Amino acid sequence: MKSLEELAKIRERMQNKVILREGQASTRVAVGMATCGIAAGARPVLNAFVEEVAKQNLGDKVTVSQTGCIGMCRFEPIVEVFEGDKERVTYVKVTPDMAREIVEKHLKGGKPIAEYTIGAAQK
Amino acid sequence: MKELSLNILDIAQNSITAEADLVEITLDETDTELTLSIKDNGFGMSPEFLASVHDPFSTTRTTRKVGLGIPLLKLAAEQTGGGIELTSTQRSVDPENCGTEIRAFFHKDHLDFTPIGDVISTVTTLLQGFPEVDYVFIHRMRENGAEKTVALDTRDMRTILGDDVPLNDPSVLLWVRQMLEEQYAQ
Repeated sequence: MKSLEELAKIRERMQNKVILREGQASTRVAVGMATCGIAAGARPVLNAFVEEVAKQNLGDKVTVSQTGCIGMCRFEPIVEVFEGDKERVTYVKVTPDMAREIVEKHLKGGKPIAEYTIGAAQK
Repeated sequence: MKELSLNILDIAQNSITAEADLVEITLDETDTELTLSIKDNGFGMSPEFLASVHDPFSTTRTTRKVGLGIPLLKLAAEQTGGGIELTSTQRSVDPENCGTEIRAFFHKDHLDFTPIGDVISTVTTLLQGFPEVDYVFIHRMRENGAEKTVALDTRDMRTILGDDVPLNDPSVLLWVRQMLEEQYAQ
């Protein structure tokens, strides 16, 4: 049975780590989670990002956040990747499988996946 | 929406937009009925906005002029023969007791009842996106003569985690998921 004591252990484990991490995340993944995004399937996409970032140990470099509607509801689920000074990359109609691939190739490997971006969708 | 849990996620985000620091989600189920309540201590709605909020052309969003969160929940409830109720007190009127509560009633045995779905993911998604807010989640089930309650209160968690560990740390989110799964499985 899960108990609150386990949280105390998590805290102990984390205490040293937290100090190192502050202000270090350079990449932000923003998943559209307004009504339009949620209805189009954004929740499992968000969860896929959160889980994969944790699994690949990218937590120090990448933060996953939820954002509102950016006015292109027909392309939801929409995911934007902001990386330092680079131009933002906008992925459209993202599925959980695509999310895992984006973590692997783009966030970890440094290469955006052109065919999933809004540029490719609008051709 | 394919699952009510997605409506819940959508409506709870309104509470966060309204600057709530406590969001209480309660599901009360019997064999034939479901009552859902989402209650917050945010800045509330003006009587004018409250009166118009069922209308999809009433919204706080700025990217377009249609807001569908409450109308979609209303539709999901009404298509089972149920409905929704909204009460709200504005912060400017009563800063101590302000907030909004939306209650939705469903007849579960109606053909058009939308399944509750993955409500655990709704809770973890809220914690992930808005870890500075506190959440109380209660799911009461009184079905087939048996009674069960699944509950989570992030204020208890915060007492232990302190300021060092945010609610959206992956290990904390995993703990929440497993804790709720265990309670449902019991």
